[in-house]
Amino acid sequence: METPAVTVDHCTRAYGDFVAVNDVSLEIRQGEFFTLLGSSGSGKTTTLRMIAGFERPDAGRILIGGHDVTWQPAHRRNVHTVFQDYALFPHMTVFNNVAFSLRVKRHSRDDLRKSVMEAIEMVQLAGFEKRKPTQLSGGQQQRVALARALVDHPSVLLLDEPLSALDAKIRGEVREELKTLQRNTGITFIYVTHDQEEALTLSDRMAIMRHGKVLQVGPPLQVYEQPADLFVAEFIGKANFVPGVLKSVEGKKAIVQANGSTVGASVLSPIEIGSNVVVMIRPENMRITAAESAAGTIKQSSYLGHGTEYLIDHGSDVFRALQLRRRGEVPLPEGAKVECHWNWEEAIVFRK
Amino acid sequence: MAEGVRRKGLGFWSSFLPGFTWMTAMYFVPLGALLVYSFYTHTSRADTPNFTTENFRKIFATDSEHPFFSRTNVKIFLLTFRIAFTVTIIDGLIAFPVAYFLAFHAGRLKQTLIMFILLPLWSSYLVRIFSWKLILEQHGLLNWVLIKLHILSEPSPDFIYNTGAVTAVLCYVWLPFMILPLTTALERLPRRLLEASADLGAGRVRTFYKITTPLVMPGLLAGCMSVFSLSIGDYVTADLVGSGRSVVGKLIFDRMGTYSNYPQAAALSLCIMLVLFIIFGILARFGAFD
Amino acid sequence: MSRHGFQWGKWLTGGFTVLVLMFLHLPVMIAIVFSFSDATIITFPIEHWTTRAYHNVLFEPSGQRLRESLGNSLMVASAATLVACVIGTLTAFAVQRYRFFGRSFYRVAIAIPLLLPGVVTGIAMLVYFTMIGIRTGLVAVLLGHITFCIPVVFSTVASRVARLPRSMEEAAADLGANLPQRLVRVVLPSIFTAMLSGALLAFTLSLDEIVVTYFLSSGTTTLPVAIYTGMRLGFKPDNLAIISMIIGVSGLLIALSQWLVRERR
Repeated sequence: METPAVTVDHCTRAYGDFVAVNDVSLEIRQGEFFTLLGSSGSGKTTTLRMIAGFERPDAGRILIGGHDVTWQPAHRRNVHTVFQDYALFPHMTVFNNVAFSLRVKRHSRDDLRKSVMEAIEMVQLAGFEKRKPTQLSGGQQQRVALARALVDHPSVLLLDEPLSALDAKIRGEVREELKTLQRNTGITFIYVTHDQEEALTLSDRMAIMRHGKVLQVGPPLQVYEQPADLFVAEFIGKANFVPGVLKSVEGKKAIVQANGSTVGASVLSPIEIGSNVVVMIRPENMRITAAESAAGTIKQSSYLGHGTEYLIDHGSDVFRALQLRRRGEVPLPEGAKVECHWNWEEAIVFRK
Repeated sequence: MAEGVRRKGLGFWSSFLPGFTWMTAMYFVPLGALLVYSFYTHTSRADTPNFTTENFRKIFATDSEHPFFSRTNVKIFLLTFRIAFTVTIIDGLIAFPVAYFLAFHAGRLKQTLIMFILLPLWSSYLVRIFSWKLILEQHGLLNWVLIKLHILSEPSPDFIYNTGAVTAVLCYVWLPFMILPLTTALERLPRRLLEASADLGAGRVRTFYKITTPLVMPGLLAGCMSVFSLSIGDYVTADLVGSGRSVVGKLIFDRMGTYSNYPQAAALSLCIMLVLFIIFGILARFGAFD
Repeated sequence: MSRHGFQWGKWLTGGFTVLVLMFLHLPVMIAIVFSFSDATIITFPIEHWTTRAYHNVLFEPSGQRLRESLGNSLMVASAATLVACVIGTLTAFAVQRYRFFGRSFYRVAIAIPLLLPGVVTGIAMLVYFTMIGIRTGLVAVLLGHITFCIPVVFSTVASRVARLPRSMEEAAADLGANLPQRLVRVVLPSIFTAMLSGALLAFTLSLDEIVVTYFLSSGTTTLPVAIYTGMRLGFKPDNLAIISMIIGVSGLLIALSQWLVRERR
């Protein structure tokens, strides 16, 4: 087995009474795009900073390339960070910003120039070498930050919510560029974000964090289709939740009593019969059929172009259904009565 | 108050004119008058507006016509500059660690500590100088302590009434003016940049002189400017603890008082102004006014 | 940045700071101690402890000159601070809120009285007053003090105004407030603390000023000039006594203003 690029081994970090990172363990593989996903306060940034060396864990170890770096200060670790606000040195030109890490290592003048220009060209900022950061746009500054962090080929690149300061318009473009960059350089990227869409599109694997703990680690597909618990299910993508009581289990199928009717769902981990449960159905798996005397009424119909999203009043619940557009189909109007149902394999039951 | 840029209505003029009129009438015009007056001819009876450059020439003449002064004027200028320069450097060195502590390590104590640093400024300038007389005099505090510690066997008169005393007292008096701008500059330094520097491999020392120092320079230079200019014009200190050797301030003072030679005094002042403006210009080039 | 391990930097600079603070305060305390001395020359330690100096200053005819000059100082400082506050604040608004030809130059020019030595300011104003016929005396002194107090108020208020969001005033206007109401209810409260600290600084500067005052006075004068001219003749605890009292009072004033400011927040 290949040595992991980064290992976080049972790390804990607390600030007084507040436990920011609570016994977190992660293994990040070489060359992968790994995302730490969570809302603010989840511990994702603290974990990143522990890997970078700006924070020291109270307990546990940090390993980079198999070497224990827990006690190594930040400037000795061969990992670089792209900060959320870029942190470019305002009194230095683009060239000197990018050249900084090479100058520290005392590269020869010619080598340095070559490497720096290569890095600048890689982020498509050729011609901007003599400018100062204040003369650059947000997107350009970010690219300088990237070039600066990559120029001396670190083993790992840490990115702290790099897209959050950008205009929504260019965010998508930059996202794609980042992915391409990672593929081309093969450097391990550890990416921190609160935006689950970013995480899903960019990552090879992701970790969802909450209150300092890791809830689930896995590829985006797995996290989306088989969330470990209710929180993850709610955090990633959109979902419908139907509360009920678990009546019986046959193999992978669970029968749940909900609101007077019986529904089915799949079981991922063992749950005691009779416990309170919640059934989760993704909007694209929520099927609706128009029927005169149905229990559900369409409250809102939003045409998305590639499909239509419906909000349906169903008893005390509000369901969200996504229907992909099929040729010739006309979206159902608001007020129409529909029946909501799903295939049991496409729903998951969770302990409440 | 939220006026457009081009339309200069009542709001602009009512806020601009009072200050402008006052400063022009009471300061800028007088400075101009100074310039004009420095070219007047001085006679024992009156100053006449006959244009002459005699005042300026007299400043740099190698032979002083007045028996009072043992040095020529140029040497006086140099002495004054030397003192001001020394004071600025010493204050800079003392202020830096203090400012560093305030900006980086003081935390909640910062406001209180700053207040304590400002406090001496509210005791009068005279007292602050005079108290050094109490300390440095032959029968003052310092001698008393040194004798008690058996470092001296008898009191020394050499601690006061010399250039060293003037320098030391000036360092003392102007120190807060160096500490404050430095502290502000260090506070404003984005910590993120220090992290970025470490992230990219620079150790503490390298980060300090590649990142901290250049970014703090404007504040440092501003402090230096204040202290230097305050020291250049100071003559009260020299008068009270100095050796009687002249500093420029005293020169002007005497011209005004003793000899009533206003044109010459004006010329001297103009020279100081010129030198200061040149220095400010140089410092501004290095970012002091940022 | 490093949590563990002994933080040398913090303790070294902290210890140094304490030393510097002591260094800053010691001389003045010594002076206050000496105001209780009986001596006419400087000797240490103090032979006779007495409050005679204070008695002289406050009640005796020998203290008349000092008392008078203190009164003058307070009058001049108060008047100068008041006028400077008004003019300085107005100028701060003019410079921060409007664009006009020579704006950045003007901003630097306003600061010049603080950058040039008092000798230059003093002599320039004296020469000028002589030329236009204003006689030396308290009025001339007042004019001089106003002139260097304006930049002091200006700089504190201007930096506050720069940070004042215009949207506040626009919101007030939007809700129906006219210009005077906006000024009083929205603008003034926001800049109040800046004006206060500028005024305090200006007041202190004016009380303490020697050089310009010396040039522009004749006969009756302000306290520091009176003390200075007296000092050249010899050591008198009376001077120290009156200064100590001033220190005491200003200390109280500062504490008061700090407390007031805290209350407002």
